[in-house]
Amino acid sequence: MTSVFSATDLCVSISGKPILRNVSFDLEQGKILGLVGESGSGKSMSALSAMQLLPEGAHQIGDLMFEGKNLTRATDTEMTHVRGKDISMVFQEPLTALNPTRTIGEQVAEGLRWHQGLTRKEAMDQTIDVLERVGLGLEYGLIDRFPHQLSGGQRQRVVIAIAIACKPKVLIADEPTTALDVTVQAQILTLLKDIVRKEQMAMLLISHDLAVVADMADTVAIMKDGVIVERGPTCELFDNLSHPYSKKLFEASNHVPVPRQEPVDEVTQPLLQVSNVLREYPLPRASIFTRRQWHRAVQHVSFHVAPRQSMGLVGESGCGKSTLARTILGLTPPNAGHIQFLGKDPYSVSRKDRQDLQLGIQAVFQDPYGSFDPRHTVERTVGEPLHLMRNELSRSQRKKRVHEVLESVGLSSADANKYPHEFSGGQRQRIAIARALVTNPSLIVADEPVSALDVSIRAQILDLFADLRDRLGMAYLFISHDLSVVQAITDRVIVMNAGRIVEEGPTGEVFSNPKHPYTRILVSAAPDLNEALRRRREKENKDTH
Amino acid sequence: MLWFAFLRLIGLLTTLLAASLVIFVVLEVIPGDPAEVMLGLNAQPDTLAALRAELGLNAPLSTRYVNWLLGMLRGEFGVSYTYSVPVSELIGERIQVSLPLATGALILSTVIAIPIGVYSARYHGKVIDTGIMSIAQIGIAIPNFWIAILLVYVFAIVLRVLPSGGFPGWDVSFFGSLQALLLPVIALALPQASILARVMRSALLDVLHEDYIRTARAKGLSNKATLWRHGVRNALIPVLTILGLQFSFLIAGTVIIENLFYLPGLGRLIFQGITQRDLIVVKSSVMLLVALTIFVTFLVDIAYAAIDPRLRRRA
Repeated sequence: MTSVFSATDLCVSISGKPILRNVSFDLEQGKILGLVGESGSGKSMSALSAMQLLPEGAHQIGDLMFEGKNLTRATDTEMTHVRGKDISMVFQEPLTALNPTRTIGEQVAEGLRWHQGLTRKEAMDQTIDVLERVGLGLEYGLIDRFPHQLSGGQRQRVVIAIAIACKPKVLIADEPTTALDVTVQAQILTLLKDIVRKEQMAMLLISHDLAVVADMADTVAIMKDGVIVERGPTCELFDNLSHPYSKKLFEASNHVPVPRQEPVDEVTQPLLQVSNVLREYPLPRASIFTRRQWHRAVQHVSFHVAPRQSMGLVGESGCGKSTLARTILGLTPPNAGHIQFLGKDPYSVSRKDRQDLQLGIQAVFQDPYGSFDPRHTVERTVGEPLHLMRNELSRSQRKKRVHEVLESVGLSSADANKYPHEFSGGQRQRIAIARALVTNPSLIVADEPVSALDVSIRAQILDLFADLRDRLGMAYLFISHDLSVVQAITDRVIVMNAGRIVEEGPTGEVFSNPKHPYTRILVSAAPDLNEALRRRREKENKDTH
Repeated sequence: MLWFAFLRLIGLLTTLLAASLVIFVVLEVIPGDPAEVMLGLNAQPDTLAALRAELGLNAPLSTRYVNWLLGMLRGEFGVSYTYSVPVSELIGERIQVSLPLATGALILSTVIAIPIGVYSARYHGKVIDTGIMSIAQIGIAIPNFWIAILLVYVFAIVLRVLPSGGFPGWDVSFFGSLQALLLPVIALALPQASILARVMRSALLDVLHEDYIRTARAKGLSNKATLWRHGVRNALIPVLTILGLQFSFLIAGTVIIENLFYLPGLGRLIFQGITQRDLIVVKSSVMLLVALTIFVTFLVDIAYAAIDPRLRRRA
């Protein structure tokens, strides 16, 4: 075992506030160290510290040893000869990580020219090789394209190409696949693994996702509040977790809320009936003389949701699931087909009837903070949908109703007078759910409601959804790209691809025995902690025998 | 890119046509009889009739509009009522002063502002940044004519190295004309440079928070290289917007400076045209200014697209 890079007792603080405390780790040639933790645990700061790219005003002590040099004592000029050449980094957001005004070729070639003093021509020739190493060799003309002309997966491959262009000895990847779809994520993870093995790099993989880390890393370190609480070789560590936080994190990742007690009544009239819905968007015209093209976001989609049923809708970005949600919520009328909620079409009834329908169908979105007015109190935010009831409630009745729903989502009535910024991410999502509950709806459309939350908080919110389902008899349309979330909370599931429903059925059946090829790809690409550990054990057993 | 430019060009011509219609309607129809407006309240009936015939006011409105447009296409803008010379000649003379004045001021302000803005952003929050921005604040607050007076006092009266005013004409003395324009160019450029430097600085500070700046640093690029290669270009869009607006202002909004330095520029011509009710001069000059402004906007649009490839598709 040869350690290429080692951090010893690294402490970082920003304006007096400690961010990292005595963090130590070693990176070994050809091996992957996984660093797991929730938001604010200091895992990204560890990466930036290793690159010596800490934000201004950060104070650090400790040692970062690389090839006999202590990087914490290196000047910025000295670091410019290390960064990108010996130690490289892959970032999370592939769209913003690339300069929108420079071609892909220029951006990949830049590092080569900087470190190896190549001419423009030589660097461009090498760039073609580098792009081949990240699986973009067959993309003819990619070198002259701009970031916005590439897909998310291609962009992330370019970001990786920039990082590995000069064949670094250490590669740091900070949530390299978090912004990507599951099928693309699987491809990028495989690519990173191959590069590390083939080019014998040492890799630090940072992720919030235990399943991704269990699949990728040889050793894992679990981080909380700037401290590594537990570490070890992947299988050993997950088999004998000893620290209470690691145990909690492990349980939360596998968390499944209590299953439904009463069976769903699918015989009587469905609550929501979607029939043959078509929704198109105009594309910008190529020129004023050509005919306008249309993008079919939702193509002839039909399904129904029974009362008290929890329906899942899964699909990757751009498959039309959010457009469908907007149409069901009454926000964008369909171009063809129709929606019936409680037997009425919200797009053809009178204004008054439509408001009544809106009382019965409410929404919860992904980013709770973004959907609140920061200057409104929680009471005002939560009570807002009550205006649909046209002042049937008195002021004190309203207040009482708001307090009721706040309590039923696990907050207290005292929280009503606070402002959104005073709450944590999980509490904000509870407020968003309270706002949906306030009109006593029979259906909640939840669009990626737990995607922005940490695993432990995600588990709590899923429990809340299950509890509301059993206690209040709520029906859900639960939209998510995350199969494990949909699996945990829904009875039936619809799989969408390119605007069409490709498969529909009881959740357990669809996931255990997918029929459509696309569903099969989706299920096999989804990271699964237990599955990853099982594969790893199998491989280790094979290696020892 | 070429297609984009072509579409923009069509847009430009349409805008120009629409603008000409508005100018025509406003100046010819709304205030009543242009001849009456030009001659004032005490005009004799026969003088009025003569002027009307001379201006072609007896023809129907649509014919007059078309004739005016066709005339402009041939370079005939009519004859000035007060100067009794073709307006095209008048404007041609004046533009020889105004165009170099505006262009010079614009180039000077850009040359001063861009490096200062970049420098200030690089040392954001340091003493040097605060110092530069305070000076820029003063530069914005001080009116350009005050700077002009100061410049005249220092360079013309105390040092006696530059003329205090007047314009000899390019064919009479090229060097003398350059000298005559130097002080007004500086006086116009300094306040513009102050604005531009602030815009450059804040745009660059925004860009420096972008993720791709971090990517560039992670590649190994030094702070300075990152700033120039990935920062400045992306920060230029707001700067260009301001530059476009400034040029439109500089070409005709400089009456005070022109008066101060006795420069026969376009601003003064328009000012005199308005005070002497010479509607033909006013109409033609306004049309010229509109055309110039639209053309500059066109250039700015093309420059946007050259800087940011994402804007090329949206025509």
